Amino acid sequence: MKNAIEIKGLTKDYKDIRAVDNLDLEIREGELFSLLGVNGAGKTTTIKMLCCITTPTSGDALLNGKSIARNAEEVKKIIAVSPQETAVASNLSVEENLFLMCGVHGFDKEKARQKTAEMIEEFKLDRIRSKKASKLSGGWQRRLSIAMALISEPQILFLDEPTLGLDVIARSELWDSIRELKGKVTIILTTHYMEEAEELSDRIGVMRDGRLLAVGTAAELKELTGEDKFENAFIKLVKTTGKGGER
Amino acid sequence: MKRLFAFSGRTMKEILRDPLTMGFGLGFPVLLLLLLSLIQANIPVDMFELTHLTPGITVFGLSFMTLFSAQLISKDRGSSLLTRLYTTPLKATDFILGYFLPVLPLCLAQSVICYIVALILGMQFSINIIWAILMVLVPSFFYVALGLLCGSALTEKQVGGICGALLTNFSAWLSGIWFDIDMLGKGIKTFANALPFIHAVELERAVVRGDFSAILPHLWWVLGYAVVLTVIAVFVFLRQMKRQ
Repeated sequence: MKNAIEIKGLTKDYKDIRAVDNLDLEIREGELFSLLGVNGAGKTTTIKMLCCITTPTSGDALLNGKSIARNAEEVKKIIAVSPQETAVASNLSVEENLFLMCGVHGFDKEKARQKTAEMIEEFKLDRIRSKKASKLSGGWQRRLSIAMALISEPQILFLDEPTLGLDVIARSELWDSIRELKGKVTIILTTHYMEEAEELSDRIGVMRDGRLLAVGTAAELKELTGEDKFENAFIKLVKTTGKGGER
Repeated sequence: MKRLFAFSGRTMKEILRDPLTMGFGLGFPVLLLLLLSLIQANIPVDMFELTHLTPGITVFGLSFMTLFSAQLISKDRGSSLLTRLYTTPLKATDFILGYFLPVLPLCLAQSVICYIVALILGMQFSINIIWAILMVLVPSFFYVALGLLCGSALTEKQVGGICGALLTNFSAWLSGIWFDIDMLGKGIKTFANALPFIHAVELERAVVRGDFSAILPHLWWVLGYAVVLTVIAVFVFLRQMKRQ
C-alpha cells in the first residue's frame, strides 16, 4: 500500500527547547495512526508542522507527495484538521458552520449545498441544523467540528484529542463516527486515552521528549514490552525507553 | 473571491448577532443624541446644535466598531477556530480583508441611523448629510484598522480594557464633540491635535456645513493615521499568524 505521509528528519526548536527531534515516520494511505505521549511529548507540534501551521526548523514531510516545507498551499488543499479544542464559529448555526467551511474551500453554491446535506446526514445533525453552535453540548460541538473538517473531502485528516472532555456516551458515539471513516481517509489521531488508541488505531506511535520511542499495532507494542494491558505497555515504554532501557 | 466572501460573511454575522453590538454600537450613539438634544431644548448650547453635534456623535460611535472588531479577532485568536482556518486554503489577505471589510458597512449603517434620528429631532436635511455619511468611511478606515491592530496584539480581556475604556474615553474627551477642547488648556489641546479624533470630528462637521475648503488639513491627519495604523496592523497580524 502507498504511503500517505512520509516524514523525514522533522525537527522543531523553540528557543532552547527541542519540541520535535529528528522524527522519521511513514503512514500508509487509509490508515488510522495514533500518536500517543504524555504532555509535552511533541504530538501537537508534530501535527502543527504537518498541517503547515508551524514551520519546521529542519526536515520535511511529504503528504501525498506534497512537501510541507516547499508546497504548503498545495498541502492545505488535501488536509483537514479538527483541533484539540472545539473549533466552531459560536454565533453561526450548525448549517452555517458547514457552509463556512465550504466557502473557505472555494466550493460553488450547489456543491456547498450538496456537501452540507451529506455531512448533516452522515453525522446525524439534522435535528440541530438551525441551532447556534454555542448552544450545543460538548459532544455535539465535537461532532460538528469533525463534520467541518470532513466537508472539504480531505485525503488526510488530523484529529487532535477529539474526545477530550466528553462523557462516555458522547465518546462512544464519536468513536462510531471515526470508525466509519477508517479506510476512506488517512487519519492521524492524537489522544491521551489509551483505550481510544487501542480501540481505533491500525498502528500507534509513542512519543516522548519530541522523539518517537516505538511504532506498531497495539498488540505489537504489548508484545514488545511483555505487558498484557496496553496502558501498562505505554507506561513501560515511556518510563524505560532511552533511560537505560533503549528499545 | 469566494473564500474572502465566505470569511467576511462570517465576520459580519458574528458581529451582528452579538446583542452588545446592537446595544452599544447603534443604541448608545442614538441615546446620546437624544439626551444632548433634550439638554439643548431646555438650555440652548451652541455645541449641542444638531448640525454641530451629530457629526461628532457619528465619529464617536465608530469607537465601538473598533471594540467589536478587536474583540472578534482576539476571541478568534484565543479559540481553535483560527487554527482550523489557518490550515485551509485561505490566504493572509483573505483573513485581513475578511476582518476589515465587513465592518465598513456597519460603520455606514451606524452613521445613517444617527442622521435619521437627528432629522427626526429637527435637523434640516441637506445634500451635505449624504456627503458626510460617505465621508465617514475615512475615519471608519482609521477605527477599523485600530480594531485589527488591537485584536491582533491583545488578548480578549485586554481588548475590553484598552478599546472599551481607554479608546472610548480618548474618543469622547479629546475630540471636541461635547465641549470646546480649549477649555482643557494649551497642553491638552496640543496633545488632542496630535491625535486623529478631533480631526475626524472637524472633518465631518466641515462636510455637514458644506464648508469643503475646511476639510483640509483634517482629512490628511485622519488618512495619515489610518494608513500608518493599517500598515502596522497588517504587520502585527501576519506576525501573530506566523507565530501560531
